[in-house]
Amino acid sequence: LSHCPCSVYLSCQLMRRSCRQVTLLAAASRYWSSSPVAPPSKQSRLLLFLSQRFHDIETLLSWSSWFKNRGLRQKNLFAGQSEWFRSDRRGKFSWDFMNHRDTSIEEVDVGNTLINYTGLENLVKQRGLRTLSVSGCAEVDDWFLSRLYIFQDTLEELDISNCPRISVGGLAALQKLRGLRRLNVSSLPRLQNPGLVAILLEEMLPHCHVTAVGYDHSLIYSPTQTDG
Amino acid sequence: MSMWKGLHMTARAAHGIHVSSRFIHKHTRLCTRNISTSRPVQNDFFKDLENQFKAFREKAADAMPGSDWTPFEKNSSLPPERADIVIVGGGVVGWSIAYWLKQKEMIRDGVRVLVVERDPTYSQASTVLSAGGIRQQFSLPENIHLSMASADFMRNINEHLSVLNDDPVDLQFNHSGYLFLASEKVAHIMEENYSTQRYAGAKVSLLSPTQLKEKCPWINTDGVVLASYGLENEGWFDPWMLLNAFRRKAISMGVYQCFGEVTGFSYTTNTMTTAEGDKVDFRRIKYANVQMPNSLEYQPVECAIVVNAAGALSGKVAEMMGIGLGPKDTIAGIPLPVEPRKRFIYVVHCPNGPGLDTPFLVDYSGVYFRREGLGGNYIAGMSPEEEEEPETNNLEVDHQFFQNIWPHLAHRVPAFECLKVKSAWAGFYDYNTFDQNGIVGMHPLVNNMFFATGFSGHGLQHSPAVGRAMAELILDGGFKTLDLSAFSFKRIMTKEPILERNIV
Repeated sequence: LSHCPCSVYLSCQLMRRSCRQVTLLAAASRYWSSSPVAPPSKQSRLLLFLSQRFHDIETLLSWSSWFKNRGLRQKNLFAGQSEWFRSDRRGKFSWDFMNHRDTSIEEVDVGNTLINYTGLENLVKQRGLRTLSVSGCAEVDDWFLSRLYIFQDTLEELDISNCPRISVGGLAALQKLRGLRRLNVSSLPRLQNPGLVAILLEEMLPHCHVTAVGYDHSLIYSPTQTDG
Repeated sequence: MSMWKGLHMTARAAHGIHVSSRFIHKHTRLCTRNISTSRPVQNDFFKDLENQFKAFREKAADAMPGSDWTPFEKNSSLPPERADIVIVGGGVVGWSIAYWLKQKEMIRDGVRVLVVERDPTYSQASTVLSAGGIRQQFSLPENIHLSMASADFMRNINEHLSVLNDDPVDLQFNHSGYLFLASEKVAHIMEENYSTQRYAGAKVSLLSPTQLKEKCPWINTDGVVLASYGLENEGWFDPWMLLNAFRRKAISMGVYQCFGEVTGFSYTTNTMTTAEGDKVDFRRIKYANVQMPNSLEYQPVECAIVVNAAGALSGKVAEMMGIGLGPKDTIAGIPLPVEPRKRFIYVVHCPNGPGLDTPFLVDYSGVYFRREGLGGNYIAGMSPEEEEEPETNNLEVDHQFFQNIWPHLAHRVPAFECLKVKSAWAGFYDYNTFDQNGIVGMHPLVNNMFFATGFSGHGLQHSPAVGRAMAELILDGGFKTLDLSAFSFKRIMTKEPILERNIV
């Protein structure tokens, strides 16, 4: 059901490729799709077949993915800024916002958005950040984690569960967050040894409590050969 | 008048085609859909005429020079007879240049690029035998910018190198950073380098011994006065994945790949006289002879530009052009100062060693090590002294050499006192004997040979940015994003080395 709007938006994009509205819709449609990797619909299979036959279709398809990236970057800015407004309004009057421009933000929750490495630009100024949650963000990857050192003195709680792009290499970068007290690394699909990684993380950050649920820790049964 | 000529031509052509169409008819009768033979011959004739004309035009275009068609059967593993740019060397630098050339061409198939690699198994290639580290902690601003640009490239690698309908690129980048340790003698160099690095935009921090001990409790800070740690864009990755990503994307963009060895060049010479009356030979490469592996068969590839990205063997390739074989005091007598140097890497296992946060540690004694995987394995190495350079005719590992490394390792990390060497390998540096920095640019006497070699251990980490710089140099005529004119061949002629002031 959710594939229909995806393919419709894709075909719209090919026909009116210089229309900016459609690029944002396309970015949004990717965000709406329920599964991270949608099986190819008939439309996209036809497009792939055509792209192998005609150079022009191939160029159009690569333009469409480039537009998606651009749409992604634009959306990022908005996401960062709207979060900023919203959290600033917690407990404060909205018209006092301009007066309180210098106050630091303590909690940011950008869960399930398309924030990525460049999106951190908006958060760089927040020196007093204590809690950051990027749970479920599809674009958060190891480079994002390597940039979190800017909050190394103040960050106490970090939630990076359900981020499909994070791997061990990025988790090694968390060593710089010396003040971290709570770390949530649940359900990271690219971790192959989640139990071992959780132990190594606890060793690396001795004062931090690591939460790693959502993994299947059961032992794999391998039948041993007995010599007859 | 011309109209009559045209009619005459078509009549002659029609007559000729009529003769051949009889053969075509026989053919179509055998394998065509319409089996009824009662159709009049005239209808088929006029329908075929258009197709015959088209085939005739295509054949005529093929026979003209500039196309690939030859009437003889040829071995398909031979390279094409003509290429615009021939890149000698299929390592990460060579393929990076090929990718960027295709990326920057203005029109489709604007340049025909051929990459010639002599070893299809890459068994001796420096790229895949590398430790795979990338760092911004250099003393030359050009090197810092090259590393930063390459890290930027790798961060967005899927934007650059993803191929439609294929798996995304995964470099397995470990962001653990580099940690350099300085003794009292060299601490001032480290401080100067730190300010250069910060000015260039690299995110580096200096640590005192107490801070170092707090960060890495497994370190013995005896003798360490200052430490420098890279906070971002530093670490290590899988060089084979990067090479394959470049190769896959470049081939999908139309780069030709050939497995063969460049054994010589055919060139024209233009002798000019200087103001003092000395004769100088300016050479221009016309053909690059590519010999097939295990065979005497070779193909002279007509080319406009040759890029020497042959890594450790660049010196030999330059000699084929006569670079360095001229009289001693002339420019022609200056060889390309790149030669292979063997370096060893040992894989060790230590059960109680440093954990996930182990950076790529480089000690002031020259010893370095980094974590490998999650099982308590580390890889370690050391650059030997000038006198102790090992032989370079093979890639055999000298296990005795590890006895030089172990004391320094155990002193720096007490846990390494009980470790076990699991395995080892050796690889070549494309060592620039002049100043251990890359040589990028054109040769003054060979007008169409470009160099991208001599990086002396930094080739892998600089490869994306060097590829882009070479493509700009070749296609745009000059450097656009990063100015690498400091790495040109000129400094070798004027004997002004640009040395990295490292602490090791």
